[in-house]
Amino acid sequence: MNAIVKYFSGIAHGLKTLATGMKITGYYFSHARKEIITQQYPENRDELQMFDRFRGIVEMPHDENNEHACTGCQACEVACPNGSIEILWERIVNPETGKKKKTIDKHVYHFSMCTLCNLCIIACPTDAIKMGQNFEYSVFDRKQLTYVLNKPGSKVRDDVED
Amino acid sequence: MSTFSPGWTMAIEWMIIGITLILFAAISVIILVYVERKVAAFFQLRIGPNRVGPYGIFQTVADFIKLLMKEHITSKKADKFLFNLAPFIIVTAAFLGIGAIPFALGLHVFDINIGVFYLTAVSSVGVLGILLGGWAGNNKYSLIGALRSGAQIVSYELSITLSILTIVVLVGSLQLSEIIASQETGWWIIRGHLPAWIAFVIFLIAGTAETNRGPFDLAEAESELTAGFHTEYSGIKFAMFFLAEYLSLFIIASVGATVFLGGWLPFHIGTWAAFNNIMDYIPSIIWFFGKVAGLIGIIMWFKWTFPRLRIDQLLVLEWKYLLPINLVNLLLVSFIALMGWYF
Repeated sequence: MNAIVKYFSGIAHGLKTLATGMKITGYYFSHARKEIITQQYPENRDELQMFDRFRGIVEMPHDENNEHACTGCQACEVACPNGSIEILWERIVNPETGKKKKTIDKHVYHFSMCTLCNLCIIACPTDAIKMGQNFEYSVFDRKQLTYVLNKPGSKVRDDVED
Repeated sequence: MSTFSPGWTMAIEWMIIGITLILFAAISVIILVYVERKVAAFFQLRIGPNRVGPYGIFQTVADFIKLLMKEHITSKKADKFLFNLAPFIIVTAAFLGIGAIPFALGLHVFDINIGVFYLTAVSSVGVLGILLGGWAGNNKYSLIGALRSGAQIVSYELSITLSILTIVVLVGSLQLSEIIASQETGWWIIRGHLPAWIAFVIFLIAGTAETNRGPFDLAEAESELTAGFHTEYSGIKFAMFFLAEYLSLFIIASVGATVFLGGWLPFHIGTWAAFNNIMDYIPSIIWFFGKVAGLIGIIMWFKWTFPRLRIDQLLVLEWKYLLPINLVNLLLVSFIALMGWYF
């Protein structure tokens, strides 16, 4: 008697679980128009939004006065496991106070060596650099993979402290 | 020239019918492959083919042209005669089946009095092609696939036949045109109460297994056996296996539509004269293909939802579940038919 109950409850359980599976795929099928996750990449290039935590090429945000937050502390250079960041800096005398201040000349970023590991962003005390959203990296010459992150003529923002 | 002899007339007539069926089969397979890929994509929240033509509708045409132009490869140690024979056997079996299907009112190539028996007999010839193809290719993957397929078809042939027999008991005839005519007052799935429903579900499961489609695609089993029984085939010979697979899918769906869902008959509700009249205006061929499309959709739904069964699970499902239930169901339906309890 027990075996018979087990047999039929097994069938009922099997049918129920199969129906559950079919319900899920049926939901996908009936909502396929709205929920398709495949991106039509070359066509939607203009409006394509990468997701928030995407780790793209490292970039340095500049504000409208062409000012960034990089103090030249070289923490990112030390943190980088591959040596792909190289900071060229100098001490510039402030004409008003007469004090010397460390300033970056070029924040050189060798993208060809970068593994996009995020360690430089964690190391940065002033949040001067961040992971970008760009993912189109192809170039025709590897020299082009060396970027200078600070824009020409830019300077550090006044309120950023060492 | 004014008169052909009766023999010639007959020959020309059969030739025209044959060419029509071949064209129909080729076109319907091309459409089915496209639909399958699109449906699969929607089940997995993808887009599917969309580059060749609007919505990718010419994708399968392009694929078939590619297949036709590929090289025919026969491996050195293959049994050449059997290796080349196998695709023809499997396609022939599929074509033999398609001849007996009533497509619409009066559109029926040959209506023999043992139509159901003929269809089930012919559909099991296809496994011969699978076995030969797997054996002759001299490849271990092919052989394992072919033998799995043999075990599978031998088992599920029983279920599919018994589930059709359930309805045959109610009709009292094996002729397909009479099975349709008996559903004039209502489809068997409605009139046959619970036994017809059980038979219908079993028919769908066994039919999916019979066509070697997922979740019963052990003969192919891409992840284990590369392509199973047709691993060694290339070009047009592979295309023939492909053709046969989709044709047999179409045949199974047509048999299901004919036996359980009234074939080309429109949907009628009891005494609602106005509703029934509107339904009568829809041509019978649309009714038939609509029902077939619905059944094919369900079978595709199975394929893209369920994981593949193991060989022991496959045989347990047949011999411990489907077959005993089917036999009891047949007994039950015989009793119902005897007492006249169906309406």
